[in-house]
Amino acid sequence: MSDQAAAAVHAEGHNPALLHHFAEPEQQRDAASLGMWVFLATEVMFFGGLFCAYLIYRLKYFGDFGAASQTLNTALGAANTGVLICSSLTVVVAVWAAQTARRTLLITSLILTLILGFAFLGIKGIEYRDKFVEHHVPGPSFSFDSEPIPGHPGQFANPNHAQIYFALYFVMTGLHAVHMIIGIGIFVWLLALAWKGRLTPEYNTPVEIGGLYWHFVDIIWIYLFPLLYLIDKHK
Amino acid sequence: MSAHSTSSPLKTYFAIWAALLVGTYVTYRVAFLDLGPFNAAVALTIATVKATLVALFFMHVWGSSDKMIKVVVISAVFFLLLLLGLSMADFGTRAWS
Amino acid sequence: MATAVAQPVERENYLNKHYGALSWLFTTDHKRIALLYLGSITFFFFIGGFFALLIRLELLTPVGDLVQADTYNKLFTMHGMVMVFFFLIPSIPAVLGNFLVPLMIGAKDLAFPRVNLLSWYLYIIGGTIMLHCMLTGGVDTGWTFYTPFSTAYTNTKIVEAGIAIFIAGFSSILTGLNFVVTIHRMRAPGMTWSRLPLFIWAHYATSIVQLLGTPVIAITIVLVAAERLLHLGIFDPKLGGDPLLFQHLFWFYSHPAVYIMILPSMGVISEVIACYTRKRIFGYKFVALSSIGIAVLGFLVWAHHMFVAGISVYAALVFSLLSYAVGVPSAVKVFNWTATMYKGSIHYDAPMLYAFGFLGLFTIGGLTGLFLACLGVDPHVTDTYFVVAHFHYIMVGGAVMGYLGGMHFWWPKISGRLYPEGWAKLAALIVFIGFNLTFFPQFILGYVGMPRRYYQYPGEFQVLNVLSTAGATVLGIGYLLPMVYFLWSMRYGKPAPDNPWNAAGLEWQTQSPPTTFNFDEEPVVTWEAYNYEQLGDFPPEQEARGV
Repeated sequence: MSDQAAAAVHAEGHNPALLHHFAEPEQQRDAASLGMWVFLATEVMFFGGLFCAYLIYRLKYFGDFGAASQTLNTALGAANTGVLICSSLTVVVAVWAAQTARRTLLITSLILTLILGFAFLGIKGIEYRDKFVEHHVPGPSFSFDSEPIPGHPGQFANPNHAQIYFALYFVMTGLHAVHMIIGIGIFVWLLALAWKGRLTPEYNTPVEIGGLYWHFVDIIWIYLFPLLYLIDKHK
Repeated sequence: MSAHSTSSPLKTYFAIWAALLVGTYVTYRVAFLDLGPFNAAVALTIATVKATLVALFFMHVWGSSDKMIKVVVISAVFFLLLLLGLSMADFGTRAWS
Repeated sequence: MATAVAQPVERENYLNKHYGALSWLFTTDHKRIALLYLGSITFFFFIGGFFALLIRLELLTPVGDLVQADTYNKLFTMHGMVMVFFFLIPSIPAVLGNFLVPLMIGAKDLAFPRVNLLSWYLYIIGGTIMLHCMLTGGVDTGWTFYTPFSTAYTNTKIVEAGIAIFIAGFSSILTGLNFVVTIHRMRAPGMTWSRLPLFIWAHYATSIVQLLGTPVIAITIVLVAAERLLHLGIFDPKLGGDPLLFQHLFWFYSHPAVYIMILPSMGVISEVIACYTRKRIFGYKFVALSSIGIAVLGFLVWAHHMFVAGISVYAALVFSLLSYAVGVPSAVKVFNWTATMYKGSIHYDAPMLYAFGFLGLFTIGGLTGLFLACLGVDPHVTDTYFVVAHFHYIMVGGAVMGYLGGMHFWWPKISGRLYPEGWAKLAALIVFIGFNLTFFPQFILGYVGMPRRYYQYPGEFQVLNVLSTAGATVLGIGYLLPMVYFLWSMRYGKPAPDNPWNAAGLEWQTQSPPTTFNFDEEPVVTWEAYNYEQLGDFPPEQEARGV
C-alpha cells in the first residue's frame, strides 16, 4: 500500500469497508482471497467429475468420439478461446486500475470484459443452434447416422456412443456457460461498484476476487477446447 | 500491493496475453499434424502451460507471499488427478482379465 | 447468607440480546446459526427415525405384511437419504462446529458470517424439497440411487430428490469453506497450530473432505438428472454407457462422506476425554495429524464399495490394500485416547459415558470394516445385514454418541443451564444398551445370510430380527430423554457457571452463554492446549451434582 493511501486509512480511523469481526483490513482481504481460492478448488472437483466421465468414454469410444467431434465448428471454438483470453487480460488490467486509482481505465476494462463475455456467449449460442439444427442435441430428436469414423474409411460411428459424446459436450460447455453467466453478473455488480467509486487502492477486494473467478472460468475453457474440438483433426 | 513501478505489471500482463494467444494458435495448428498417440498429450501439455500462466500471472500466484494459495491449488490438482487416476485403475485394467 | 434463592440478574448474552423471529432468521451470529441448525437437524433426525421405526416394525415378522415391497424400498431409501444428507453430514459441524470454532480459536465470528447464514438457508431449502419429494411419492432406489435403475427404470422422484441433495450439498461445501478460512486466518494471537484444540483439527480435516468431495456428487446428480430427463446413455448399458462410472463418481464422494460424519465426533471425544480424565491428550500431534491422514486417505478407498459390482480384480486389489491403510490413523486415535485415560483422574459423567461408548462401538465398527475390506470375506457379507451393522456401529455408535456427548459437554456454554446429570447418565446407558441390542444381532444376521433391503426373510432369522426391533425401541427412548431434559433445563435447569467442568479451552474462558461477539477483549494465548496440570481437578460442586 502506498504511503499516501496508508496515511489516508489511519486518518479516517478505520476503513468503512472493514467488517466488525476482522481486526484489520489485511485480515479481511486475506480471508476473502483464501475463501475464493478454496471455492475455486471445489469448482475444480465439480468440473472434475465431468472430465473423469469424458476421459473414460473417450478412451473407450475413441473413433466414435472423433467422428462426433469433427462436426463441431473448430474455428468458432478457437475464436471463443481467443475471446476468453482477451477477457482475462481486461480483467487483470481492471484489477490493476483499481489498485492504482485509475477510474476511467477501471470502468473501461470492466465494460470490455463484459462485452467479451457476451461475445463468448453469443458465439456459443451460434454453435448450439447449429447442433440443434443438425439434430446433434441428445434426446428424442438425436440422429447421427452414417458419419464416418476419422481415419477408418468405410466404418461409421455408433450413434449411441456419439450421443454420449454430445451429452458430455453439452453438459460440460453448458455448465461452463452457466459459470460465464454468473461471471457476467458478478462483473455487472463490479461495474456498479466502480461507477460509485467504491473500488479504491485501499479496498479493491471485490474486483480482485471477482477476477480470480473469471480467470478460473477461462482456465476451464482452456482445457475444454482441445479436449472437445481437436480430436483426430489430422485424419 | 506492488512496490515496483506502475508500468511493469502491465508489460507482464500483455506478454502473458500474447503467449496465451500464441499457445492457442499452436494448439490449433498442431492438431492437424499426425503425431499418432501424442496429439492429445501435446494439446494437454500446451493447455497446462496456458493454465499455469493464467494462474501464476493473471491470478497473481507468482510472487504472492501467501503459502496457502499454493497449497490449495496443488491440493485441487492432486485430488482431481486422484479421481481420474484411480478410476483408470479400474477402467484401464478391465481388459487384462 | 440469603434464605431465599436470589435469581441472578441475567447478563446480556447472544440469546437475550435481540428478540423476535426476524432477529433469528436474519442473524449472522455463528452461535444463533448453530441453534437454527440444531432445531432443523433434530427435525430431520425424527423423520429419519420414523422411517427406521417402520422398517423395524416390518422386519418383526418374516413375511412382508406391514407394507408392500415397493413401499419398503421407499422406506429404507428415505431413511438413508434423510439420515445421511440431512442429519449426519451437517450434525456436529453445523451445530457444535459453528458454535465452537470461533470461540475455541478466540475469534469474534467465522470468517464469512453471511455465507454461514446462507449455508443454513440452503440446508432448509434442500430439506424442504426433500420433504416435498417424500410426501409426494418419494424415491425407491436405495440412498445410493444406482444406475440404470435410477436413470432408466424407476418411476419415483429421482430428480427432485437429487435437487434437494444438490442444494444441501452446497450448504455443506460453504460450511467447510468457512471453517478452513476461519481456522487459517482468524486465530487469536498466540494460538498456534500446535495449541489448537483437537476439535479444531478434526473440523479442519472434515472441511477438507466436504470441500473436495461434495462437488463430485453434485455433478453426479446433474448427470443422473440429465440422463433421466433426456435418456442420454451416459450410464445406460443399452446405449453404450457404463453403470460403474456412476458408482465410481458416487462413491468418490460417498466414502469420504463417512469421514465427514466421524471426524467431528472424534474431535468431540478428544475434548471430552481430556476434560474427564483431567489430562492432556496423549500423543497430541499424532491425533492431530491422524485427522488429516484420515481425510486424505479416505479419498483413496472408494471402490471398496464396488468389489462385487464388476470392477477389475486388479482395481479391487489396489482398493483393498488402500482400505486397510485407512484404518491405521483411526487406530492411532483409539490407542492415544486409551493411553490418555491411563493414570488419569476419570470422572464418569454423562459426556464421558458417551465417550466410553464411542471407544468401544467405534472400534467394533472400524474392525468390521476391515473384514469388509478383505477380498475373501466381502463377497460373502456384502449387501447383507453385516454391512448394515458395520456402518451403524460407526455412524450411530460412533458419530451419534459423539454428538450426544458433545451436546451434553457444551450444553452449559450453549444454553447457560446445567442439564440434570442423573437423567443424562440414565439416558446414556439406555442408548448404549438399546444400540447394541439393535445392531449386534444384525452382524449375525448378515453373516448367516440375510440380505439387506429385503422386507421378508426366512423364518429362522426372526428371533434376531425381533431382538433388533426391541433394541430399536429402547434406543428411541434413549434418544427422546435428552430432548426432553435439554428443553426442560432451558427453563428450569440450574444456571451454569462460566466453566462448570473447569475445562481447558478458550470457549470456557468466556461467559455462559457467550455474548454476541464472544470475548470482551481479544484473548492472547500463552499456554499449550489441554493445560489440565495448571487447571487442576473437576470443581467439587460438580462432583456432588445429582438429578
